[in-house]
Amino acid sequence: MRDFSYFRAASTEEASRATLDAGAMLLAGGTTLLDLAKCGVTEPDTLVDITHLAGLGDMTVDANGATIGALAKMGEVADHPGVKAAFPAVAQSLSLAASAQLRNMATIGGNLLQRTRCSYFREPGVFPACNKRNPGSGCSAIGGVTRNHAVLGTSRACIAVNPGDLAVALVAFDAYVEMGRRRVAIEDFYMLPGETPDWETVLKKGEIITGIAIPASPAAKNSTYLKVRDRQSYEFAAASAAVGIEFEADGKTVRDIRVALGGVATRPWRARAVEQSLIGTVLNVEAVEKASRLSVEGAVSHGGNRYKIELAPRVVARAILTMGGLA
Amino acid sequence: MTRTIHLSLDINGKQHELDVEPRVTLLDALRESLALTGTKKGCDQGQCGACTCHVDGKRVLSCLTLAAQVEGRQITTIEGIAAEGGDLHPVQAAFIENDAFQCGYCTPGQIMSAVACIREGHAGSEEEIREYMSGNLCRCGAYNSIVAAVREAAEMAATGVAAKDKAEVA
Ligand SMILES: Cc1cc2nc3c(=O)[nH]c(=O)nc-3n(C[C@H](O)[C@H](O)[C@H](O)COP(=O)(O)OP(=O)(O)OC[C@H]3O[C@@H](n4cnc5c(N)ncnc54)[C@H](O)[C@@H]3O)c2cc1C
Ligand code: SF4
Ligand code: FES
Ligand code: FES
Repeated sequence: MRDFSYFRAASTEEASRATLDAGAMLLAGGTTLLDLAKCGVTEPDTLVDITHLAGLGDMTVDANGATIGALAKMGEVADHPGVKAAFPAVAQSLSLAASAQLRNMATIGGNLLQRTRCSYFREPGVFPACNKRNPGSGCSAIGGVTRNHAVLGTSRACIAVNPGDLAVALVAFDAYVEMGRRRVAIEDFYMLPGETPDWETVLKKGEIITGIAIPASPAAKNSTYLKVRDRQSYEFAAASAAVGIEFEADGKTVRDIRVALGGVATRPWRARAVEQSLIGTVLNVEAVEKASRLSVEGAVSHGGNRYKIELAPRVVARAILTMGGLA
Repeated sequence: MTRTIHLSLDINGKQHELDVEPRVTLLDALRESLALTGTKKGCDQGQCGACTCHVDGKRVLSCLTLAAQVEGRQITTIEGIAAEGGDLHPVQAAFIENDAFQCGYCTPGQIMSAVACIREGHAGSEEEIREYMSGNLCRCGAYNSIVAAVREAAEMAATGVAAKDKAEVA
């Protein structure tokens, strides 16, 4: 890891100003940043430590929803009784992520900005070509081993998966990312790779994520996060789904349903076609399985990741059937 | 140009002074600067748990923590959990009772993780232990014994009966 200087910010304003310098980066839990610095993927000149800032880790949950400070730890949010009660899928997306140690370190702000686990991206010494790391250099994954690569939202420049779990649940329930006074719907926060895969979010230089806000909804309250992976724990998703359902007063007709996918797309992926086809219906296994196939409309395989096009709809269907009491 | 920074770290209840480059991790500071080599380096990338320590009582990975970040925090390593007089921590004792290691390389991390896991209340069943200890890999595959040791230590913490006393009764 190349050397850098270390600076402990005394206020959000100071941190924001310090990161306007070209080589400066914010340091939160460090679980993405230091990992990638060791891989030689990021080479900061200065790290601006924000973990000592007071107040940025507060959480409140009330009838309107949850507000979670950017410095709240993944583990704290996963265990928060209010989050577990009003947003089970959000709590589960966190408790099924990484390990207990990492969840004690990693912050919510950093979590939203975690980078892809594309193994070509992570090895600059062996694979110089990577448009995400080095715009215009090409993509080593296309034509390579693509088992863990995206099938949705890809471009000819990059097929890397956005690996985060939390963001998938947040996209399902229309959460917002807050950067001081600027507030962006989480779906608009992440960008498709297109021709510029190095540009991943709408965050601007010098901007700091101060927190997230999740509006309360009956669908969020009756929700689940299903994560399927190569090993049972401590592993990224092969495919995952956040699903929430609100039923009409009859207890069986779908009034509102939210479906989002993880582990298969270049950004957290809301599956509105699935939602639209089930709203107003009474769930049954056949209809749910058929609707779930709409979640991979437009999916493109690169060989090794073909299985995800089969797997993702099954994960979606199982999550919907579970919430509908049919599994 | 290599600049060092001066740090004062509270480790196992003792203040340690050191001068290190800003990029030095807590793991390297412990092992290379302070000769506290009980904490192990496996992957150095957050993927194995061998470097697990406690910061303010919470288990974290020292390989992804900068030494500079934990100034002012209370750090506990495997060297700091036995009693003053040298009596092993109950989790250490349970690992010995249950033969919960082969080569022993992952063991300090396993024990630090297990102490926290029990304290968090996440050691209620074998299934829960496997989930909440999943951040600690064991390349020797001593998992069954590790789970048994954590179970025993958790029960002991709940009932107050020590592993070796139970063995004597049996
Ligand atoms: C072995 C391993 C397994 C993992 N498994 C999973 C998993 O299963 N699921 C999952 O979702 N994640 C997983 N992760 C990723 C983990 O969740 C992220 O690394 C973590 O959430 C990042 O948070 P952090 O606070 O450590 O961020 P840092 O590493 O400190 O920062 C990450 C990035 O965000 C920037 N940043 C941080 N905070 C802010 C802020 N407030 N405003 C603006 N910019 C900011 C930093 O400059 C940096 O670029 C895993 C990580 C590891 C190492
Ligand atoms: S998929 Fe994206 S991140 Fe991976 S090598 Fe190609 S350009 Fe880089
Ligand atoms: S050495 Fe830190 S997790 Fe492997
Ligand atoms: S005992 Fe050898 S790695 Fe666990």
